[in-house]
Amino acid sequence: MSRIAEVFSSGKAFIPFVTAGDPNLLITEQLILAMEQAGADLIELGIPFSDPVAEGIVIQKADARALASNTTTDKIFDMVAKVRKKTNIPLAFMTYMNPIFAYGSELFISKAAECGIDAVIVPDLPFEEKGELDSICKSYEVDLISLIAPTSRERISTIAGDADGFIYCVSSLGVTGVRSEITTDIGEMISYVKEVKDIPCAIGFGISTPEQAKNMSQYGDGVIVGSAIVKIVEQYGQDSIKPVYEYVKQMKAALEK
Amino acid sequence: MAKGKYGEYGGQFIPETLMNAVLEVENAYEHYKNDPDFMKELDDLLANYAGRPSLLYYADKMTKDLGGAKIYLKREDLNHTGSHKINNVMGQVLLAKKMGKTRVIAETGAGQHGVATATVAALMGLECEIYMGKEDTDRQALNVFRMELLGAKVHAVTSGTQTLKDAVNETMREWTSRMEDTYYVLGSVMGPHPFPMIVRDFQKIIGKEIKSQILEEEGKLPDAIIACVGGGSNAMGAFYEFISDTTVRLIGCEAAGLGVDHPKNAATMANGRVGIFHGMKSYFCQDEYGQIAPVYSISAGLDYPGIGPEHAMLSDTGRADYVPVTDEEAVDAFEYLSRMEGIIPAIESAHAVAYVRKLAPTMEKDKIIVINISGRGDKDVAAIARYKGVKIYE
Repeated sequence: MSRIAEVFSSGKAFIPFVTAGDPNLLITEQLILAMEQAGADLIELGIPFSDPVAEGIVIQKADARALASNTTTDKIFDMVAKVRKKTNIPLAFMTYMNPIFAYGSELFISKAAECGIDAVIVPDLPFEEKGELDSICKSYEVDLISLIAPTSRERISTIAGDADGFIYCVSSLGVTGVRSEITTDIGEMISYVKEVKDIPCAIGFGISTPEQAKNMSQYGDGVIVGSAIVKIVEQYGQDSIKPVYEYVKQMKAALEK
Repeated sequence: MAKGKYGEYGGQFIPETLMNAVLEVENAYEHYKNDPDFMKELDDLLANYAGRPSLLYYADKMTKDLGGAKIYLKREDLNHTGSHKINNVMGQVLLAKKMGKTRVIAETGAGQHGVATATVAALMGLECEIYMGKEDTDRQALNVFRMELLGAKVHAVTSGTQTLKDAVNETMREWTSRMEDTYYVLGSVMGPHPFPMIVRDFQKIIGKEIKSQILEEEGKLPDAIIACVGGGSNAMGAFYEFISDTTVRLIGCEAAGLGVDHPKNAATMANGRVGIFHGMKSYFCQDEYGQIAPVYSISAGLDYPGIGPEHAMLSDTGRADYVPVTDEEAVDAFEYLSRMEGIIPAIESAHAVAYVRKLAPTMEKDKIIVINISGRGDKDVAAIARYKGVKIYE
């Protein structure tokens, strides 16, 4: 079984996100290990981009901090290779098309695979454009994760039919960020997926509290939390390891209840 | 060519959340562009509201002063709202209305696209919100007030470099959160398909008019058409009709800021590489890791790190040439055209004028150059005064 498939094999998965290099890559490395210890099942690592159009203000600022600390794609590969020697937790890159394309798509995916990345999530790569990157990903056995949104409707079956790894279900309209309420009928979205393919569905965008996580997990196979964790990193910087550990532990516990 | 592709360029690189909204625009446009009633309504608005056709003016003094090719000015500055932007906005806002949308949003750089959008929204009774980089709201304060006067809400964008690219980012983010009643009036031949096509189609009237006007006046086609290029809508509008007329040189003038080799410039073709951003594959100013570069130009309308995908193709195939023009050359040309012809051009358009000052003397007197004067310069007067260190009461 691949590392990604294992993520969803025992109970609901908790998937935290941090921006690589925020505040620096040494902290990111420690955060990965701490989040694993706290019960994370898969970790999403953001490769910072100058213009993250799908992100709300919290992750926009994290990207800016990471770039300001001279984080580059190469340095992130080095960090991942290092951390991979210490942990077997599945890791996914989250970044935009331009950093991948500028690096050379095939070189990027081959290096990602080599350093132990299991999946990539590219929010500005919809189904219509994914062909080229998808075939590269397949040849290096990296899952290119497909996203579905509340607006996807009839597109869901097309997207799901061709999806690998898991499906990233965007819970709400708009960009990433903490929301007090999620009004989309997620259950319906996911039922369309499951009609077409037996593939795990992880729900992201807007989730920050244990109650929300628990509530969302009844519809899907896992929950993804980004901005709420990045906010802790923003607040505590170098000292964020412990508070992030506590937060992840609390969220994972809520899913196990 | 594949749908929405210009050679290898173009495409639809946007979040899944926006895909159905973009497909809805595409379907509506494909329907209405073949609807004679829609086109008649648009033509009527362009003639009776925007003031088309715009003049093609023979710049006699400038021609004599430069001593070479005959120079004609396509007077898009004379359109209602003072630039070519109204051609596209009229078409897109009419389309939005037909689609049943009640609210339009748009990015703006210099403010010309924002003003045009606010104007047509007022005319058609739609709610309007404009996103503009904070730096641009400062240097184009007059246009901010104009938009507000027209009933639009103007958001000053404080993320990133606080200029046009950040205004596009923020408008895309806003559209992602509200699509049901909202149409994104993209202002240039850029972004995801179908926008580069729609904007080009609504702007190609510039070149069509140039062709019939110059044939009427001179009995032959021009030898060169010169236009400034940021995203590239006025240039695409002027060029498109002439693409198959291979004797006509097509030249886009991009903003070289403090110099094409100086870090502070916005010359995408000179310094950019192929990338994927703002929904499209095209050329972008970026670093080795694909981080978009913080570009600079005195002209807020050309201060953009990318260029429309069809221009990328025209450049690769050699059909069009793209040349850099510095701030200093543009400001000189701004003053030159003002004094020489009594026409104050937009600082954007002054980039094209600047290049013609170099080009015209190298051409024979029986050759013809058309410069697209994409907008008028009233909005720039205060900024030019500041550039020259003249203190005026704004």
